[in-house]
Order: sequence, then structure tokens, then C-alpha cells
Amino acid sequence: MIKLENISKAFNGEQILSDIGITYEQGKTNLIIGASGSGKSVLTKCTVGLIQPDTGKVFYDDREFTALDSKSRQEIRTEIGMLFQGNALFDSLTIEQNVMFPLQMHTDMKSDEILERVNFCLERVQLTGVNHKYPAEISGGMQKRVALARAISMKPKYLFCDEPNSGLDPQTSIVIDQLISEITKEYNMTTIIVTHDMNSVMEIGDKVIFIHKGRKWWEGNSDSILSTTNKELSDFVFASSVMKRLVDKK
Amino acid sequence: MNLLSHIGKFSMLIARAFSKPEKMKIFRRQLMFEIDSLGIGSMGIIAIISFFMGAVITIQTSSNIDSAFIPAYTVGFTVRQSMILEFAPTIIALILAGKVGSNIASEIGTMRVSEQIDALEIMGINSASYLILPKITAAVIINPFLVIISMFIGMAGGYIVAWGTGIVTTSEYLYGLEYDFKIFGVYYAIVKTIFFAFIITAIPSYYGYYTKGGSLAVGAASTKAVVTSSIVILFVNYVLTQLLLI
Repeated sequence: MIKLENISKAFNGEQILSDIGITYEQGKTNLIIGASGSGKSVLTKCTVGLIQPDTGKVFYDDREFTALDSKSRQEIRTEIGMLFQGNALFDSLTIEQNVMFPLQMHTDMKSDEILERVNFCLERVQLTGVNHKYPAEISGGMQKRVALARAISMKPKYLFCDEPNSGLDPQTSIVIDQLISEITKEYNMTTIIVTHDMNSVMEIGDKVIFIHKGRKWWEGNSDSILSTTNKELSDFVFASSVMKRLVDKK
Repeated sequence: MNLLSHIGKFSMLIARAFSKPEKMKIFRRQLMFEIDSLGIGSMGIIAIISFFMGAVITIQTSSNIDSAFIPAYTVGFTVRQSMILEFAPTIIALILAGKVGSNIASEIGTMRVSEQIDALEIMGINSASYLILPKITAAVIINPFLVIISMFIGMAGGYIVAWGTGIVTTSEYLYGLEYDFKIFGVYYAIVKTIFFAFIITAIPSYYGYYTKGGSLAVGAASTKAVVTSSIVILFVNYVLTQLLLI
């Protein structure tokens, strides 16, 4: 479980996040949705400590992350996996080396054990035969799977996914969503997904949080989102005519 | 951003970079890679530049000695002193500031804008130490060897010109190379090289690490890194010369 209390952040006098409190539940896919510029990514970066919030606290289970020194934070971070919007794979390393990187840095596993774990993770994301290729030599969807394999290689307790479907075709997006959802249940992780994709929200959103103008505007699940009376959320969700037709049919 | 702010941020980054590596095995592997990339990979350009520097100093000195009171071996003497005291350590450092500095700034800058540095941090890795320490250590280890090789190649360049053109006899040239040789000059050059090695890796790392934006910002960081490193090399060269030679 990850708990945020009264998180606020401003850049150059402009308030980006205001007094946000959220509890991300373990074993569930927690989706953060909102328009571009609403503060979703800043909120995620505050949660993982890449940005220091101006006020507020972040708890990883019972550990107050925001009060820890950098060394203790690094220890918690070994329990975090993150899937970046642009994948953030290391260009100079092969797929295999990318996935084994956290294991080499943080464990004392022998090289054959590491390789076994790497192959397991790559198979888990349905990716085989690309171990010795470089990120630039594979497709965007494959890169996303490699990034996911790397994120789960350390068996993390917390998984963050920043726009996991950006730049992917609808079919590949569904595969990635399903993988994230399955892995969340399998490892009983606390998964946080930042997305614009309403398809993801409807498919895998156990808990949905809508951020608007830097505030938590709405919280619920994928079923209740369609019957919302919240105007801003409604405008966001039904901006797509596909979603409107879906509700009309229902 | 003002100069003091840059110095403060730079100092904090370098302090983070000089913390103990998480895994010594990985650090050694990175170090070997950087020695090969930054040092061995620069051998070609250093050899070419050093050869022609030695050749040109030989011709210049020879053509400017008109007086019969100045012995011919002055040519070899001048080549040796110029190469050891100034050309090998300082000019090579300036060349490397361009070649290695832009490479480091663009490499780390690209990693920053493509979130690879964030990925390292999220994995619980001290990104400054992982990325920067092997580069600084590699340059501090390998650059003195590069500079010593540069000195020899420069003097060899002068010898070949002397032999090929006959503007000074090879025996007089060699006598000049050996004349009044003091090993302190080499130590002085090596001390300067160690400082310069730090400058040409640490400053570009700083500009790369704090790159913000996209590919244009990476290019700008690379340019700033080269310009700043070059200016700092010239300033530190002056300070060290004053401290060590006067």
C-alpha cells in the first residue's frame, strides 16, 4: 500500500499539485487519469521521490518515504519497479543486459541464476529470441515489454507505469494492459498507472483517481466512472464519441 | 543562473559522484570501458596532432634562428621544452575537451532527456556515481599516459622533419632534446594533466546531467560543456604554472 497525505507542489510560483491525499491499494491496479498538464506525472514523480513535494507525506506501507535520507530512500527504491513513458531502456545495453541490470546491481545472485531470472521475466512478458538485440533494433511494443520485464525483475512490491500505452497500437495496448494487470495480481503488488487511455481504465482499473487542475477531483472504480455526475470527469471521459456510444448502448 | 549557483550545484554533483560504488565489479567493468573509450579511443587524434605540433615547432624554431650565436641544437631543445611543458599537457587537454567533453555531455544529456537517469534513480542506484565516477577515474588514470605518448610523438615528429628537410642535423636535434633535461618538467606536465583530466570529464558530466528539454538542449549542453571546459583549462593552466614554476 502507498499512501499520500496532503501533497502540494509548485514550480516558479505556479501551483501544480494542491493538497492531494490518495491511498493506492495493494494487489490492485490504481489508475490515475486526467487531462494533459493536470499534474499526473508530477504526482507520480513526487511519489517515487524524483521530485520533492513542497508539503505532504508519502508512506510506503508504514515507512514515511518523504522523511528518509537518500540512502534509506535508495533501499525502498529497490522494491519499486517503474515503466517509463519512453521506456528509458539503456541504449548501450542489449535486451538481456537491460533486464539483468537491477539484479546485477542489487543482488549477489550468480550469473546463471541471473540469466535464468532474466529469461523468466522475458518469457513472462511474452518476449523470446531477442536477448542479444539492442533496444533500437526492436519495435515500440517490444521495448515496452522489455521495460516491463526489467521493472519486475527484482520482484517489486510497487509498480509504477507512466503512460504504458503511449505510442502503441490498440492491440498491443491491450496486451500490455493485460500483462500489467496479471502481474499485479500474481505478485500482489501495489500498481499505479498514469494514463489517458479510457480503454485501459475500463479494462483494468480496479481503482480510478481523476486529477484535475492539480487536485484529486474524483475517486472510484471503472464501473462507477460511466455513471458519474461530476462534470469535469464526465467531460474528460466522454470527450471520445466511442465512450458516449458505449454508455448510450448500456 | 549565476556562477556561484553553478559552482554549488557542480560541487554537490561531484560529491555524490565520489560516493562508494554500489558494486565494485560493475565499477571495474565501467572503468575499463571508459579507459578504452575515452583514452585508447583518443590515441589516433593525439598521435596526429602531436606529430604535426613537433614538426611545426621544429620548422618555426629553425627558420627564426638567424643569429650565429644561437646553436643549432636549440631547435631540439625548444621542441622538447615546448612539448613537455605546454603543448602535450595543455593543447592535448583542449583537444580532448572538444572530443571527449562533447561526447560525455551528449551521452549523459541524452540519458537525462530520455529518462534513463530517472530509471537509474528509481532502481535505487546513485546515478551520479554510476555514470560520472568511472569517467573521471578513467581520464585521471589514462590521460597522463596519453600526454607522455604525445611528448614522444611530438619529438619524433620534429626528428623526422629534421631528417627529411635537413634544416638541422639529426645529431644536433637529438643533442638539443637531451640538453639540460630536468625531470621536473615531466612531473609538472603530469600534475597539470591530472587536473585537466578532471576538468574535461567533470564539467561535461555536470552539463549533461542537468540537461533539461529535448535534443536541442543536449546540443546546447554539449557546446556549453566544451566552451566552459576549455576556459577552465586555460585558467587552471595559468594558476598551476604560477604555482609550480615561479
